[in-house]
Amino acid sequence: MSDTTTPIAVADRPETSRSGGGKSGWHFLKGHLREYGILIALVAIMAFFQVATDGILLKPVNLTNLILQNSYIVIMAVGMLLVIVCGHIDLSVGSVLGFIGALAAVMIVQWGMPWPVASLLCLAAGALIGMAQGFWVAYFRIPSFIVTLAGMLVFKGLTLWLLAGQSVGPFPPHFRLIASGFVPDIFSGEHLNLFSLVVGIAVAGLLLWLAMRTRAQQKGIGAEVEPFAFFAARNLLIFAALVYMSWLMAGFRGLPNVFVVMALLIAIYAFLTNRTTFGRRIYAIGGNEKAASLSGINSKRLTFLTFANMGMLAALAGLVFAARLNTATPKAGVAFELDVIAAVFIGGASMSGGVGTVVGAVVGAFIMGVMNNGMSILGIGIDWQQVIKGLVLLAAVIFDVLNKQKG
Amino acid sequence: MSPILEMREITKEFPGVKALDRVTLSVAEGEIHAVVGENGAGKSTLMKVLSGVYPHGSYEGEIVFDGAPRTFRSIRDSEDLGIIIIHQELALIPLLSVAENIFLGNERARGGIIDWRETHERAGELLARVGLKENPETIVEQLGLGKQQLVEIAKALSKNVRLLILDEPTSSLNESDSEKLLDLLVDFREKSITSILISHKLNEVSKVADTITVLRDGAAVARMACADGVDEDDIIRNMVGRSLQDRYPPRGPGEPGEIAMEVRNWTACHPLHPGRRVVDDVSFHVRKGEVLGIAGLMGAGRTELAMSLFGRSYGRDISGEVEINGRPADVSTVQRAIRSGIAYATEDRKTYGVILDDTIRRNVPLANLPAVARNGIVERHREAEVGEHYRDRLAIKSSSVEQAVVDLSGGNQQKVVLSKWLFADPDILILDEPTRGIDVGAKFEIYTVIRDLAAQGKAIIVISSELPELLGISDRIYVMSEGRFVGEMPAAEASQEKIMARIVKSGAEAGAAA
Repeated sequence: MSDTTTPIAVADRPETSRSGGGKSGWHFLKGHLREYGILIALVAIMAFFQVATDGILLKPVNLTNLILQNSYIVIMAVGMLLVIVCGHIDLSVGSVLGFIGALAAVMIVQWGMPWPVASLLCLAAGALIGMAQGFWVAYFRIPSFIVTLAGMLVFKGLTLWLLAGQSVGPFPPHFRLIASGFVPDIFSGEHLNLFSLVVGIAVAGLLLWLAMRTRAQQKGIGAEVEPFAFFAARNLLIFAALVYMSWLMAGFRGLPNVFVVMALLIAIYAFLTNRTTFGRRIYAIGGNEKAASLSGINSKRLTFLTFANMGMLAALAGLVFAARLNTATPKAGVAFELDVIAAVFIGGASMSGGVGTVVGAVVGAFIMGVMNNGMSILGIGIDWQQVIKGLVLLAAVIFDVLNKQKG
Repeated sequence: MSPILEMREITKEFPGVKALDRVTLSVAEGEIHAVVGENGAGKSTLMKVLSGVYPHGSYEGEIVFDGAPRTFRSIRDSEDLGIIIIHQELALIPLLSVAENIFLGNERARGGIIDWRETHERAGELLARVGLKENPETIVEQLGLGKQQLVEIAKALSKNVRLLILDEPTSSLNESDSEKLLDLLVDFREKSITSILISHKLNEVSKVADTITVLRDGAAVARMACADGVDEDDIIRNMVGRSLQDRYPPRGPGEPGEIAMEVRNWTACHPLHPGRRVVDDVSFHVRKGEVLGIAGLMGAGRTELAMSLFGRSYGRDISGEVEINGRPADVSTVQRAIRSGIAYATEDRKTYGVILDDTIRRNVPLANLPAVARNGIVERHREAEVGEHYRDRLAIKSSSVEQAVVDLSGGNQQKVVLSKWLFADPDILILDEPTRGIDVGAKFEIYTVIRDLAAQGKAIIVISSELPELLGISDRIYVMSEGRFVGEMPAAEASQEKIMARIVKSGAEAGAAA
């Protein structure tokens, strides 16, 4: 089929390009501006606040704090990514987070139920809530915006009712470890949590190896690969950042438990969306539901499962949040859904479905998180923080749309 | 006659591709000028340059309209001079009325307040001019495609059209609606409205056109005057740069085998009007290695029959029996229908056929993902191999399997849909209008694939509104009319006249019975 290969394809492949790295690299960057753009944006925003806060941003204690503060947003963003790729939206996650926190508090604090049992029940309750909403969306085609808007009101109300308008706490210390515990140092390093450092380096190494393997595979099948310089720069940056972060945190108290949970979730869901038939079908449904259905894809069941999954992750986030605050309050989770949805869209997902990545959503969540954290350190009021975050969301999506139109 | 439009030496480049290469098009006032060419020959690009979609400055060359050089910066600029383009995909708002659509953006209003009486009166006049007997207040969605097309033309007339451009106007119309549309163009010619007709249907072109310009690979390769008759084979030679000995591949020597699928008493009702039988007590069979054609007018229920068979994707209150290879088959969901060995390639590929924004590689295995996966994990190298295999086998013109389907031409999108179903490896393949809106060269390639599949022992059902096509590729033809099968004949004994006679006669019988 060499006769049908157009000149564009040749220019995209650095190996065969006559003009060498420069031009083809530029070509590639233009085609993939979005993926690099968001990573560059995160680095730039971090660099900016690092300087503006006189180095407070990346102090081990603040870095640890940053991760703890954003863990529940990241956890929910992973689930929301699936929902949005599937062509829907879930407005109820903030209320579900609050409701599950309240449920946990009632079961553990008021009824004295063992926390592991209560936690599992809470996750199941979250999945049930997701199913209840997904049922109407998937099988009766009620718009998800409406169903989850209703869910948002319902669970906000149920939270108030459960807690009878009061805060309930404190939780037993073991439960609190979910959110505030750290990975123990089995190597007993002296000033450094050695185990954390080793884990950090191992994970970074694994990611590097996976990236290299994928690249080799792609080359093997003749797919378009990024120029080597880009590949090296991007992966070394990620590698260095991970190692540096774990070194920083090892010097404080080690890796937070939540960090491990988060990393696992990101890895699992990135794999799920990228590599499995389940993931592929979700993208197909979001891209063109009718065509997907006529290809024998059970779009109803998959949509239903996507919502069930979202409910469970919202419940997990609810447990983490309650454990972190050490109390369940009626106000927990208010407006969280907006941060989560914003993170997914900043991360490059499309409102109409079919487009978006887990890693993008996570980076989007951290962009929001770093801005929250940095602006708080700088003493910028909550009023202006909201304004700035709103403008960043708008700018990211405008950039997306313009970028697409140019292409 | 002096030219109303001259496009001189138009060159339009996209990154890496020269879409138009010094194309010259000269259209005389009051003529019907046909522009023909294969997919990707540059017809649409040329029309987009003309109508200002690609603004002045983004192309090289000169446009002279009405004696003066023009520099259109947007569609608005060209419309102001009476150059109106009607696209293949109609641009009507389905939930607005005919009158509202006709005056959309051009409302009959004073100070922003719409004058409904004038709107409806003027709309009525315009509908009369295009010969459409409908109430201007009818919601557009309720009209058939043929009538919607006429509404589009009425809309063009409302803008004082001087040059009417029709892009594939008859590609989704049945024979009689196509006929009406072409008559209308001839009628316009007498009223000295100039038209440019872009079409794949050579019989239509040679029937009404005064002049034909043939584009190939972005260049104008021939200009033919039709005054003294034009040879269709001549046009084809110019389009493809070679002569197509036969427009249909020869049938294989083998006889069809045993019965692959038997359908008995199949009935399906309209999803919104229970009790209205869109498919009414249909029984038929198809054999292994046979190409079975289903003929009929638009709205005869052919697509509805196919879709209701394919996992009840259409209709309600479906009843009837399906036997595949002699055993009862469960086709109650799409998944089960696929598992039973049925595949259905849709007539509307953009809506029902492909994931437009996804790549060829990701589209092809969609109906059979487990075949490129192990333990639910997609193996990308296998997926890429599959993509490459079909890209090669069906000659899908693309830069690589990583190209998004949205960027492919219609014919190549259709090949992606076919690839998807070939990869699902069905025993019975239903193809609904498989060559709609695609060019002669690609059509032949698709016919060849159909013949190959039949030779492999697959049963193929082809639904088509183009009778010559059905006659050319089928072994046997059923005629469908108003939800029923009203005739069956071997292709060797069939003719367009016989098929139309069947349809007309069945209508008369039903009328007499009622």
